[in-house]
Amino acid sequence: MPEPATTAASDPFASFDPGQYFCELTTLRQGDGGALSEVRRRIGAIGLDALRARALAAENELINLGITFTVYSNASAIDRILPFDCIPRVLTAPEWDVLERGVKQRVAALNALLHDIYHDRKIIKDGVLPADLVFGNPNYRPEMEGFPVRFGTYVHICGTDIVRDPEGKFLVLEDNARTPSGVSYVVENRHLMARTFPDLLAGMRLRPVDDYGRRLLEAMTEIAPEGVDDPQVVLLSPGIYNSAYFEHVFLAREMGVPLVEGGDLVVENDKVWMRTTGGHRAVHTIYRRIGDDFLDPTVFRPDSMLGVPGLIGAWRKGNVSLANAVGTGVADDKAVYAYMPRIIRYYLAEDAILSNVETHICREKEGLDYTLANMEHLVVKPVGESGGYGITIGPRATKAEIDAARDAVKADPDNWISQPVIDLSVAPTLTETGIRPRHLDLRPFAVTGKETWVLPGGLSRVALKEGSLVVNSSQGGGSKDTWVLADERRMG
Amino acid sequence: MLRRTFLLSRYAEGLFWMGRYLERVENLARLIDVTQSFESPGREDEAWFALIRINADEEGFAARGMTADADSVKRFYLLDHQNQTSIPASLEAARYNARTLRPLISTEMWRQLNIFHRDMTAIRAEELQGDRLSALCTRIKEGAQAQTGITEGTFYRDQGYYFYQLGRLIERADQTTRLLDIRYHLLVAGGREERRLAEITQWGGVLRAAAGYHAFRRVARPGFTPEDVATFLLLDRQFPRSVRCCLHEIDACLSTLRAEHFLRGTGPALERVDELRTALTARPVPDIIAGGLHEYLDAVQRDLILLAGEIGTAFFRDWRPLAAVQEQLQS
Repeated sequence: MPEPATTAASDPFASFDPGQYFCELTTLRQGDGGALSEVRRRIGAIGLDALRARALAAENELINLGITFTVYSNASAIDRILPFDCIPRVLTAPEWDVLERGVKQRVAALNALLHDIYHDRKIIKDGVLPADLVFGNPNYRPEMEGFPVRFGTYVHICGTDIVRDPEGKFLVLEDNARTPSGVSYVVENRHLMARTFPDLLAGMRLRPVDDYGRRLLEAMTEIAPEGVDDPQVVLLSPGIYNSAYFEHVFLAREMGVPLVEGGDLVVENDKVWMRTTGGHRAVHTIYRRIGDDFLDPTVFRPDSMLGVPGLIGAWRKGNVSLANAVGTGVADDKAVYAYMPRIIRYYLAEDAILSNVETHICREKEGLDYTLANMEHLVVKPVGESGGYGITIGPRATKAEIDAARDAVKADPDNWISQPVIDLSVAPTLTETGIRPRHLDLRPFAVTGKETWVLPGGLSRVALKEGSLVVNSSQGGGSKDTWVLADERRMG
Repeated sequence: MLRRTFLLSRYAEGLFWMGRYLERVENLARLIDVTQSFESPGREDEAWFALIRINADEEGFAARGMTADADSVKRFYLLDHQNQTSIPASLEAARYNARTLRPLISTEMWRQLNIFHRDMTAIRAEELQGDRLSALCTRIKEGAQAQTGITEGTFYRDQGYYFYQLGRLIERADQTTRLLDIRYHLLVAGGREERRLAEITQWGGVLRAAAGYHAFRRVARPGFTPEDVATFLLLDRQFPRSVRCCLHEIDACLSTLRAEHFLRGTGPALERVDELRTALTARPVPDIIAGGLHEYLDAVQRDLILLAGEIGTAFFRDWRPLAAVQEQLQS
């Protein structure tokens, strides 16, 4: 085993205390082959000063490389890096086995649900899922009714947000079945880690993460309209002002396909073409990173400048495939989420491998009453928002904030759910005061064409503020490299 | 199995403009450098305002409410982000284009441009003073040259590379005519011998700014004349910044796009290049100077705009409103 470059006089973990939370590095568990304590030992050997210097160099490199997202406030746009914490989050092989099977199961259930919703609606007829939850959902798309998609796959790219409770049990917080983002950071974090902390990685048997682009392209090729020999895949982006533009660039490059904007595409005779220097060129699969609403101004929002007039027509003719399919938002809704354990059982005749967080649905009287009576103890979330906006965490909120949330819930109960506060697990994180516990979550990414493949690990988002439970990048969250140990063998 | 590549029209346009803006940055640094060497005691303001005139920036300069003195001109080109023709603004525009091109250009090109951009948008007023100005100009040139080198060594040579080169070469030819023109605007006062000596120094300065001084020395007669310098900058076949050399390379780029990438739309642009080359060599340089060098250079600049227009019409997104905006920025 190679020795780290520098050694420190004192162990920076000496005063590290995860408290009552599950710690991703220091809570002992089976099946790590000694890797967890080895990581801890190596970080200790590098020492705080060298960790800080290297972490700074790593973040500088992110700026130089323009691996940034854009934050908008008061009409000004600022490029920010997603802060990178250099202490990796480690998942053991047995842990990953559970996560991988759990994510695949969920994706299978989501696709089965979407197919059913847009075809026979058995789940509604059988009384498992309330009809108004589907038809009253603004993301339900009548255009999808009776429309076939290849392999029955609607959700080609899925991001599942998972947290861990104090017992170390994984819980699903939400499904992202529309256009989940963050996968580029998974790969870039590993690259950054390999450059700045080769001594941490040395000899570690990790599942690789750089296969994502190939897998994605494979799936996009599989779902192209039948009979197309060598399908042309493109990635449709809203353009450089989108906060996830870097990720669009990353994915287009990794797949080796053009990153197009709406203006680059044109629909003629119900076929989609892109404008090139040599004239129009046919397009067969579009991995779109713009929402349903903006895809086609002739069908959805007429004011959309991002989409392509006629695109939905071409799609319905079967001349082009879209990933994700239109109308998946009805399945990743926070209210539908509450039914996921029942949905999994209904379609797959299996129990959910990954549990849900207990959820109270305010559109149901029982859930509303419970929520209003227990605001101080609950996390109250709007159903339709993403990015951590609009959330009130009862135990952390002021009385005024709770009152405001209560008024909002009363005014429009359908728009709200509540959940108990989960004591999210923590991971050692480099802070100004040393290595301290910070809460984090995990978003694995699943790619589905004919079959589902899950990228080993996923994005670990960490709330950098002490005690904070909000991990979103727009709210001051950072990220960590996420290691999946390849096997249970002893190290060395 | 490898596939033939193609190029989105939007990318072709972005690459062309990224090339132009970067070349402009490098040449503006050259112009500023030579202007400083033209300063003669008591006439600094005049020397600096000549820069505004050859760039046809009188209107923009006046609109910024600046007075025609040396300091204002330096600030106008080196510090003023609002001035569309300033170095920070050109770099901003180059980076804007590069950002849309990130799926295509090499990571190293993007990284270098990012660093260069950060450096250039943080130029401080004290760097414009005294001997620091020349050092600043060197830094700017080197930043642009690093970009050139990285592009040469890392950028995949399919269509995109040639559109990038076309932007650079057209801008470079244009800038060489402006560099030559700067002399025209600076009539030297004083007696005959004094004027002759001052002229030689100034022509030497122009050549140095164009990085052509030593090459010129190798090919020029001992007692060179201004005609020799103009001939060198316009017509030399080997000097990389001469207008003829640029046209030759433009021709090569367009021909490659036509022959290897089957872009038939190159026809009108190739014809323009032919016309330009003919016009360039039709008259001996002493005749041109006698007939008015400034007017002649103006005509060359107009032809280069028409050439860029042919390329844009054939390959870019002229159907989009944004194209018109970039045209305006350019002219």
